[in-house]
Amino acid sequence: MSSQPTEQRARSNSTAAGVLDPPEKTDKSSSQQKELQEDRETLLNMFRLMLLIRRFEEKCAESYSLGKIGGFCHLYIGQEAVGVGSISALRKDDYVLTSYREHGQAIAKGISPDAIMAELYGKATGCSRGKGGSMHLFDKDVSFLGGHAIVGGQIPLATGVAFASKYQENDRVTLCFFGEAAVNQGAFHESLNMAQLWKLPCIYICENNMYGMGTSLARAMSFSDVAQKSCAYEIASELVDGMDVLAMRQATERAVKRAREESLPTLIEARTYRYMGHSMSDPGNYRTRAEIEKYQERDPIKTFANKLKQQNVITDADIAGLEKEIKEEVEHAARFADESPLPDPSELYTNVYASPLN
Amino acid sequence: MRDALNLALKEELARDSSVFLMGEEVAEYQGAYKVTRGLLEEFGPKRVIDTPITELGFAGLGVGAAMAGLRPIVEFMTFNFSILATDQIINSAAKMLYMSGGQFKIPIVFRGPNGSAYQVSSQHSQALESWYAYFPGLKVVMPSTPADAKGLLKSAIRDDDPVIFMEQERMYGMKGEVPEDEEFTIPLGVAEVKREGQDATIVARSLMVPTALKAAEELEKQGISCEVIDPRTIRPLDIDTIVESVKKTNRLVVAEESHAFCGVAAEISAEVNERAFDYLDAPVKRVSGVDVPMPYAKNLEQLAIPDVERIIAAVREVSYS
Repeated sequence: MSSQPTEQRARSNSTAAGVLDPPEKTDKSSSQQKELQEDRETLLNMFRLMLLIRRFEEKCAESYSLGKIGGFCHLYIGQEAVGVGSISALRKDDYVLTSYREHGQAIAKGISPDAIMAELYGKATGCSRGKGGSMHLFDKDVSFLGGHAIVGGQIPLATGVAFASKYQENDRVTLCFFGEAAVNQGAFHESLNMAQLWKLPCIYICENNMYGMGTSLARAMSFSDVAQKSCAYEIASELVDGMDVLAMRQATERAVKRAREESLPTLIEARTYRYMGHSMSDPGNYRTRAEIEKYQERDPIKTFANKLKQQNVITDADIAGLEKEIKEEVEHAARFADESPLPDPSELYTNVYASPLN
Repeated sequence: MRDALNLALKEELARDSSVFLMGEEVAEYQGAYKVTRGLLEEFGPKRVIDTPITELGFAGLGVGAAMAGLRPIVEFMTFNFSILATDQIINSAAKMLYMSGGQFKIPIVFRGPNGSAYQVSSQHSQALESWYAYFPGLKVVMPSTPADAKGLLKSAIRDDDPVIFMEQERMYGMKGEVPEDEEFTIPLGVAEVKREGQDATIVARSLMVPTALKAAEELEKQGISCEVIDPRTIRPLDIDTIVESVKKTNRLVVAEESHAFCGVAAEISAEVNERAFDYLDAPVKRVSGVDVPMPYAKNLEQLAIPDVERIIAAVREVSYS
């Protein structure tokens, strides 16, 4: 039984600002590889998805400032490699549960940008029929089980979905995303304990973007090495460079194998960074421009594009073509959302109960 | 009562393999209150599961399992401990169907004893039904007889929505006839007139039902004929049966173990005011748990819980006698 962490890691360094460095030098499986293992179609699809998410989120920011999207809107820009890399290691019928920063993961799991944008616009054609909004995207057909907006709330839920797979004796795997701030919630610890105690096929991916809203990790966590917290539960864990889509894919593949074949959980800590504020209403005064630029130098899309170009998988012309195609796809989504009808007023009262009784 | 609940669990576990039971001490220990006695032996550790003391965690695990097609029964050793799990009950179970646009129903039962026990003091003696009844998306059930307990629990397990099923520790030893028919169920959302009467209506639930019936017996001797109604389901509330009775008796007393402030009796009073104001010959009177944390001392505890005398006094007050 692989109850020990699968990678030996040095204690993470903290910078003067208290921000953690990405584990580029400690993760043996990632960017140092010379040969790409994946086939061309897989690589291109991953690149395309990352670019689509980036452009989709930029469009969201625009639509939000135009007042077309209401409420809270949390963008995924900067973190695309985490969602795309990990979800690329799943089967279509594997489950994904996540937090409120989930547009990108929803796209990666296969919900159409049209249905997501329509949901953000609060339209009847949205993936949750306009009743969930940005933080509550759902699509049963692609096993995307939400968008949950209480920090850490999805972690016990995902544990239960994995429990059901084991109970039903199918081999579906559950992937659960959450931010590093959720690690301070009891829900995280209660879930990891049960997952290892009962050997549940659940993969917990902590997207460590180093800020819980405006509070840096250093100000919120007494021991900030999230992956090491797995030791308390004897759960296998891995620290991964969340800016490297292939490292994310490969780490998740190892976790999927462990879940599917041995029915065991894994904790993956993905070090990443969000370029935008916590939500659209956050000006981000708690961090410096220089800090953001430092991470943008390792932009996951830029570095992956360079890698693909070096390996002759893609050319600048291909990228330009993709950009054009994606721009049209995103414009289509915005147009579709704009032109879709609002939910009928009678929808206010539907779906409160499955069997309403009276 | 505990055998009736046990029988309902046993029959439903046998009927549907997607039903499973989890909670603290439900399996090897045979249940803190022995409601789950013998179930581990009959259905095995896959279906009857001891959990760690981790209420938020296993409540959420249950909701997640329901999303993926199972029908969990989650036992809280007492509903006092469910307070730790409210995030998952309220933010996940109650809202999942709605915020997913109808895609994910949550067929789950959260059950256990609610209200006072015997001298277990402030943190173990709370009646929390008004908390859960507040939330659209939840159903709240409170049986007062062994037969009702069996029929309602079976309906709750078969129901496609999250059901808060509140038992009462003081009533686990209650005796009564229970139908053995495996298809015997009682629909949720339907009140029962436990005693017919003409002069005043008493609405009571859970522990207050036997108390109200005793009060009605005593009042009969004093020349006041009381109708006693047990709503059995708090949400959805069968207000029609209550309003019909008030139209006949013109007087209403609502008895409850829980606190009056923002409580279920307050809600029933408001509904009756809106629907039957012209029929009332006296203001609606609430008889509720005293507005203090539950004390330990036996005499103080008795003073805190509504009893036969307080209900009699309330009925006499609305009857101006």
